[in-house]
Formats: sequence, structure tokens, C-alpha cells
Amino acid sequence: MTAAPLKILIVDDEPPIRKLLRMGLSTQGYQVLEATNGKTALELLGKEPDLVILDLGLPDIPGHELLRMIRARNEGVPIVVLSSRGDEAGKVQALDLGADDYVTKPFGMDELLARMRAALRHQLQVHGERPVFRIGELTVDLVRRIVKVGDKDIKLSPKEYDLLRLLVQHAGKVLTHKYLLTELWDAQTDAQYLRVYVRQLRQKIEADPERPQFVLTETGIGYRLRALD
Amino acid sequence: MAEQRRDLENRPSPDALLEAARREESRAGKLKIFVGAAPGVGKTYEMLQTARARIKDGYEVVVGVVETHGRRDTEALLDGLEIVPRRSVTYKDQSLDEMDIDAIIARRPQIVLVDELAHTNAPGSRHPKRYLDVEELLGRGINVYTTVNIQHIESLNDVVAQITHVRVRETVPDSIFDNADAVELVDLTPADLIQRLKEGKVYVPKQAERALEHFFAPANLTALRELALRRTADRVDEQLLSEMQAHAISGPWAAGERILVCISEDPRAAGLVRYAKRLADRLHGPWVALYVESRRSLQLTDEQRDRVADTLRLAETLGGEAVTVPSAGRRIADDVIRYAQANNMTQIIIGKSSRSRWFEILHGSVVHELVRRSGHLSVHVIAGDDIGGEHVPKKTVHTGERTGPFDSRPYLVSLLAVGIALGIGTLLWPSMGTQNIGFLFLTAIVIVAARFGLWPSLFATAIAALCYNFFFTEPYYTFAIGNPTDVVAVGFFTLVAIIVSNVAARARIQAVAAMARARTTELLYSFSRKLTAAGALDDVLWATAYQTALMLKVRVVLLLPENGSIVVQAGYPPEDQLDAADLAAAKWAWQNDRAAGRGADTLPGAKRLFIPMRTGRGIVGVVGIDSDRPGPLFTPDQQRLLDALIDQGALAIERVRLVADLQEAQRTAETDRLRGALLTSISHDLKTPLAAILGSAGTLRGMSGQLDDDAKADLLATIIDESERLNRFIANLLDMTKLESGAIVPNSALHDIGEIVGSVLRRAAKILSGHRVEVELAKDLPMVELDPVLFEQVLFNLLDNAAKYAPDATTVRIQGWQETEAVYLQVLDEGGGIPAEDLERIFDKFYRAQKADHVRAGTGLGLAISRGFVEAMHGTVAAGNRTDLAGAVFTIRLPIPAESKVLDTAA
Repeated sequence: MTAAPLKILIVDDEPPIRKLLRMGLSTQGYQVLEATNGKTALELLGKEPDLVILDLGLPDIPGHELLRMIRARNEGVPIVVLSSRGDEAGKVQALDLGADDYVTKPFGMDELLARMRAALRHQLQVHGERPVFRIGELTVDLVRRIVKVGDKDIKLSPKEYDLLRLLVQHAGKVLTHKYLLTELWDAQTDAQYLRVYVRQLRQKIEADPERPQFVLTETGIGYRLRALD
Repeated sequence: MAEQRRDLENRPSPDALLEAARREESRAGKLKIFVGAAPGVGKTYEMLQTARARIKDGYEVVVGVVETHGRRDTEALLDGLEIVPRRSVTYKDQSLDEMDIDAIIARRPQIVLVDELAHTNAPGSRHPKRYLDVEELLGRGINVYTTVNIQHIESLNDVVAQITHVRVRETVPDSIFDNADAVELVDLTPADLIQRLKEGKVYVPKQAERALEHFFAPANLTALRELALRRTADRVDEQLLSEMQAHAISGPWAAGERILVCISEDPRAAGLVRYAKRLADRLHGPWVALYVESRRSLQLTDEQRDRVADTLRLAETLGGEAVTVPSAGRRIADDVIRYAQANNMTQIIIGKSSRSRWFEILHGSVVHELVRRSGHLSVHVIAGDDIGGEHVPKKTVHTGERTGPFDSRPYLVSLLAVGIALGIGTLLWPSMGTQNIGFLFLTAIVIVAARFGLWPSLFATAIAALCYNFFFTEPYYTFAIGNPTDVVAVGFFTLVAIIVSNVAARARIQAVAAMARARTTELLYSFSRKLTAAGALDDVLWATAYQTALMLKVRVVLLLPENGSIVVQAGYPPEDQLDAADLAAAKWAWQNDRAAGRGADTLPGAKRLFIPMRTGRGIVGVVGIDSDRPGPLFTPDQQRLLDALIDQGALAIERVRLVADLQEAQRTAETDRLRGALLTSISHDLKTPLAAILGSAGTLRGMSGQLDDDAKADLLATIIDESERLNRFIANLLDMTKLESGAIVPNSALHDIGEIVGSVLRRAAKILSGHRVEVELAKDLPMVELDPVLFEQVLFNLLDNAAKYAPDATTVRIQGWQETEAVYLQVLDEGGGIPAEDLERIFDKFYRAQKADHVRAGTGLGLAISRGFVEAMHGTVAAGNRTDLAGAVFTIRLPIPAESKVLDTAA
């Protein structure tokens, strides 16, 4: 890797959190930009960061409002949101507004780094889609529409396949119920359908559907396909 | 010894101190009374002069009402004083000017002049009497100057009537006089007064000229003057005594006299009560009016019974104690003496008997018995005075007998009965003879008497006597009697028939009365049982309203205080709004603890009568009564019944209130306990992980040189683990707070339990890392209505609990299945189980199952939160012990909603 280090914009008003992120990200070779409020964050967008870590509770601009403003100025930059537990609705809203992922405070650095990598990877994939996806035993050939667990061919219904394809295309990233429903049916469809299809898909591709290894539930938010690691 | 006694006596009397304190502290206005022996002595003049002096001192004085009666010099004094215009009241096409009490209250002067305290207000005024207006003004903190003649003082009413032979109808209670802050006697010698009268300086109404001529006789005036001087002196004496007691000045203490006055239904009993009051005042002793309820009391007419009640009430208003005792034996004198001895009475007052000699021989004389048996007790036998007839102050609520239309049926039946007797007699006469005919008629008469009472039976007697005479005595079919023995027979027959009628009728009255009493008692008893059973205030109110309405055939509303006002709380038939006049009457009754509204003295214009509901601790509410019948709302009997009902209702309301207070106190105690537990829990559960984190971090920083890599990793792991524990605890506290503040609103939808189990196991992977986890869920579990975030937390808490209590390397098992209408999910551990007595308590906040050796680290909140969340989702959670192994099992039951079906996914 001789390319320039990736620039990460940290937007958080709490000095200890910024310090922690600064230290953690620096060790991973990222270049860090810091903003303590929304206004500075919008200014620093001019430096073209490769990813934004955004705390939703800022003193000057409401988190979701700032998220909208960032998206308005830069459609492509991955955004990982920092949020608190129990605020599932806030997370869903952030994801629907264009955030790529979220991390619940308090969080471990490992988890954050994994989410960042997934977001960055997805950013790259938008340009060149990989035809064959592999994770553990699961193989999905997006060109030939073939799904295998180990050597065994898995027969999926068209909807089940579409669901799996969406998850694979955004592997590692959480997809909200609303997003999946809109992509597979339309926004008005009952989320219950989605749950039924997820259950069926799990029964076909998971070794133990009760303790899934591939299709993970983000309770109250949506689903995520386990990322390659 | 003597020394000691003086010490005791030198101590201020508590009562006197209290009285002094009351006078000083009360914000009520002060009352000054200008008292005179007779009209014309110059009370008004004196009052106005004093008022002018006050104005000079800088006081704000207004005239509420002053009667100058056209006297020039008095009018001159009025000149320049501020006068509150009088209010015009129209009554029977007559316009009367009355004092405008509301205008005075609005004006709020420091002193108001109110002439003629004993004045009776025009009907339709707020209070029937002016002294009541004055009391209200005093209550509002306005000082009042007023005038009164000595003959208007209640307890002197009889004496004055005796002296002057003129009875004054307008009286003022002694208490007003006694409690006045200042009394000034306006004195004029009889000669001077008569001179003024001759000069026309004394106002005399036209129609009273003759009566007053007699009134102003020198002998009368002298007596009245003495009375006024003595009464004022008594008062001054009393004040002095009170002052002396308050300041512990030794003096001539009361000898401890206690006076008992015996009253009866006799109209003159009121005079006895007043006598007792005067005697008690002179002796400075307490006094009791006693009524002995004997068998004869049952036979009293309503009027007599009312008179007894009114006399007892009079005693109370005069400051005595009113007591009624049932008669224990045949002799009333015994009951009186027993009561007197039991209560340390020293003097007994009784009226001179007006019974006939004959009556005394028959029934014995209470007076003679009393005198004979009284022992060391003094007995005053007082001649009743009946000048001007009885004079008992009317009670506050007017009652009246409702007489139905004349009922002719009993008389027709009497006629029929006599006719039947006559028929039988005619048939049997030949065989049984004339002598026995009388018995036939007597039989008919007795039946009539027993069935219909005295008058129909007397009617039957008359008819029977005539029939006897007409049909069965020679010459037949005439009213003439030939045979002298027949005259005797008819005569005796009539006499016997009348006596029998009387006896039978009296027996009937008693039987009817006893039956009525029994029914009333039964109804009251069932009412009190109903009240005892009623737990909620609403039930008590409803039962009271319903029972009162039912028993008295009236409409009832109950008002209780709420936020400083009084509000309708129940009614039968249901009613929740009162018009302005009723509301005003209800408020007045509440504030003054006296009846108001229809039939009462105050605000009689209201549609309803409002009666305060009292208990020993004070007034609890007001009951409002009305009915469609015109005239008085109640008969005296109904009034007594109403009192009983209201008393029971009031007691029940108070009981419910006390219970509520007690529960509130218990709740507060429980809250305090929880607060204590919370503090303990927080201080322990927050500090323990913090201590571990700080300690580990400190060690890492200070001694990193000495530590090997393993030790460092160990310390770091501690920091991370303890931080996570702290995080869980704070999350629990947040959840609990949300639960308790009602902020938990489940965002429920149909969800697959298996999916949530999967995600919770992922989340709990770390805390369960030491345990084996088994999951067994039935295939095709239906979806259930739940909030996935809350439910995941429920499961997480149960797993956390299992991980805490079950030792490492044991199995934690999750199993789920469906029964007809619900899905069951169980979390089972191998941790030894829960003591039976803790099975329910472990869901309490901050409760931790105690193990013999130690308390497990934990928040004591997890299970409480689980239960709260599950119940918010309409499910249940219960704790139990495994039957197969030693371990606990938590069972969640979630109902299957009707619309949960497997969706068609064939697409």
C-alpha cells in the first residue's frame, strides 16, 4: 500500500472520545481530521475525507440534520454514526438518511474498525462488483445466480435469492427493514413478510437457523450479512 | 402542705391561658357591645360618640346600620360619618331596608357600627338574625360596635318576662354577650328615663304604646336596671377571673359545683334550662341538661318529642351539656340520682310537678322521690313560669307533619264490624240472652281498636251502644230504655267499651311504633353493614345517597371538599351540577358547619337543604336534600332518621379517608425502603466495577515495568469486563427508570421468537462464554406480538441471571413450544434453584435471592425489568424450580394473536 493514508473525519464534542478515536485510528494508519461541532464538520468536508465518524448528539446542529447536510454536500462519503443504546428509532432514521452504519456507545475499537472497513469496502464495490462472494462455507455467484453451502447447491425461491443478493452486495453493512422492503417489494409492505423470508433463507443456508452465522439480526433495525474478515 | 397547694394554685390554669391565647391570636374582629336596661337610655348615642372618638384616633369607621328614630341629637352625631347604603328587600309587597353585609365586607372598614343586635332580618336575607350578620362580620376580621337591651339576652328572657309581663321574642344568645371583647353599660336612672319618655325622647312604635306604658313603670325599670348592672358585673367578674387564672393570681376559686337540670317534654323545661344556666354562671360550674328516656317517652307526640330535642338543643346553645339516658328501672328519680352520682353533680334542678294528685298516686312523683333519695345532693324544685307560653328557640331546620287526607275506611270497617256483631247477635239472641250481646259488641270494638286505633274504636263504641239500646233493650226498636237494669247494663257496656278501646288503641300505637322502630333499625343496620363492606369512597358516597333517597323519598346530593372548594361527588338520582343559589347554600353550610338552604334559617331561597356531615373530628362534607313535595322536607321522625343516616355516612367517609391515609403512609414507607435499596445498590454496583477498573488501570500505569505480558492482558481484560458490567448496570437503571415513568411503549409487531433468540445469544455470547448453551425451539412456532428490542432485553436479563447463578461449565437451556393460545419460552439453568419463599419476590426491585454464603453481584433490577417489559407486551413471566435437576426455570408466556398465521411465501 503506497497510496496516501485514508482521511477520517471525526465529529464528536467529547474530548475523551476524540482522543480515543484519534489514538485508535492513528495506529491503523488512518489520517485523522477532528471537528467538535457541526459547523466545523461541514467546513472540514472541503478536505475530502474518505469516511466520516459522526456523533449524533452535537451541541450546535441536531445529529440527523447534520447528517442530511453532509449527504447534500457529499453523496458518496461513507458515514458511520455513533449512537446510544435503546435509540433504535434514531439509528433507523440515520440509516435511512444515508448513514452507512452505526456503532452503539460504549463501543469497542475492534467493532468500530470492522464497521469502518465494511463501509469503505462497500464504497469500493460500488465501482467494481465482485461476481463471486465467499464467506465461510457460503458461496454466492451473482452472475450465474448460484448459491452453495460447502459443496451443496442451495435452491432458493426468486425472492429469497433477491434478499440474499442484496445482503451480499452490502456485506458487512446493516440494511434497514425499510430499505429491504423497498428493494424487494415496496415501502408499504408489512415487515412481517421480510421476517418470514429471512427465516426461510436461514433455514436453507444456515447450519443452525436458531444461531445464524451469515444472516445476522440487528434487533429493531434490520439485517446484516456477516462481513469477510 | 399549704405551701405546696399555693404553688399548685399559682400555676396559670391551662384553660384560661388557651382562652387568652385564642382571644389574642384570632384574627377575628373585636366586638364591643353597648348594653342598656331599657330602650331610650342612650345606647346609640353613646355608641356614636365612641365612634367619633375612634375616628379622631385615626380609625376607619363606617355605619352599617344605625336607627336614630328621628332623635335630633343622635342624628347630629351621625353627621359626617360614612354610611354604607342599606339593601332593599321586598317582602310581601313591602320594601324593607336591611343592613348590606356584602357591601360592608367589600368596604372592609376597621370598625362598623351595627345598631340593635337583636333585630330580626327580613325574610330572604342571608341570616334570619342580625347577630348572625355580626358574627360573620367578626369572622371576616371587621370590628363591630353594637347595641342591645338587657331583655334581649337569652338566659334573662324569662326573668324579664316575669318582671315586666312582656315577653320579648327577639333574643341574642348569651355566648355573644359573654364572648364580646368589651361590654359598656349605658346607665340612666329610672327617673331620668321616665323624664326622657315624657319629653318624647324615647322612640315608641305606635302599636306598642300601651304595652310599653306598662313596661316603663318605675318598678320595672329599677328591676331591669339592676338586672343589667348585675349581668354586666357578672361578665366583668368572669373576665377578671379569667385574667387572674391566666396570670396565676390566687383568688376565690369556684367551689366545684356541678349542676344537673332534669328536663321533660313539659313546655316549661326551657325555663328550667335557662335557670340552670344562670345558676351555673353564678356558681362558675359546668352544667348538664338530662333527659331520661322512659317507657312513657315512646308515647310522646311528635310535638312533645320535638320539644325535648329543642330543649336539649337550647341547653347546648346556652353552653351546657345535653345528655339523654335510657331509663333503667321503674323510677325516673333513680336514674337521675344514678347519673348525678356517677358524674359528681352537686345540684339538681327539677320543675315543680303540674301533675294531678291522682296522677301522682298512680305513677308516683319524680320530684318527691328525688327529694327523698337525693342524700347529700341539693335539689332545687323550681316553679315553672308560663307567662307568654313556651319559648324555645326554633331549631335550624323546620320540620312538619304531613297529614294525609281524611281516611274514611276505618270508620266504614267499624260500621261493618258492629253490623256483623249485630247480625250474629240477632241470630243468637233467642238462645243466649241479652247479657251476652254486650260481649259480642265488645269483641267487635276490641278488633277495631287493635286494628285502627282510638278514634274508629270510639266511633264503633258509640254505634254499638246505640244498637244495643235500639235492638236489645225493652222497649225494642226505640232508643228509650224501660228497664232500669238495662240502663245500668248499657251504661257499664259503654264504660267498659271506652276503657277497652283506650287500652287496645294504646297497645296498637306502641306496636306500630315498635314495628316502625324495628324497621328503621333494621334498615339502618343493613345500611351500616353496606357501608362497612364498601371499601372505596365512591361506594360509600353512593350507598349513603341511595339509602337516604330511598328511606326518606327525597333527592340527595353529596358534596365533599376538593381543592379548597366543595364539589358534588355523588347523588341519587345522579346529579353533578348545582345552580348558583344551591352552591352558595352548600358552601355556607360547609364553611359555617350549620344547615343552610330550603327550610333552614340561612339562604332559605335555595332549592335544596344542605346539612353538614360531621364526625367527632369535624365536618367531612355536606349533604343536599330536595323533594317535589311542598312544605317542610321532613317530619320530625324523618329528621331523626336523616341525622342517623348522615352520621353513619360521615363516619364511613371518614373511615375510608383514614384507610386511604394509612395506605398512603404505607406507600411512602415502601418508597422509602426502595429508595434505601436503590442507594445501597447504586453505591455497591457502581463502585465495585469502578474500583476494579481504576485499580487495574492504576496498576498498569504505575507498575507496567514489573508486570509480564500475561498479567497485563489479565488487567486489561478486567478493565474491559468491569466496564461492560458497569454499562449493563447503567442500562438496567435506565430501563427501570423508563418503566417506572411509563415511558416504555412497546413498539409491537409480529415477530419470530427464534430470530430474537438468535440475536440475544450473539449479544450474550461473552457472558455465557463459560457455559454450554442449548436451544430447542419447536418447529413452526407462530409469530407473536412483541417489541423485539424489549424482548431481546428480557431474554438477555434472564440469561445474565442464569450465567450469574449457575456455575461455569453447566448448561443453560432455552426451550420454546406452543400450547393452544400461547407461546412458551423457558430459560433453564443448573444453579441450584430458588428458595420457595423467594419465587415471587425475586421479581421485586433490588431484591436478590440470598445465598447462605454470599450475595451475588448483580443489580437486583434485571428480573424486575424483565417482568415489566413482558407485562408491557401483554405476556407473563414466572420463576420456578426445575424438577429434573437442581436449577431455576423462568417461563415466559406470550399470547398468540388471532391474526398470527403463516404467510404465503410460495412466490
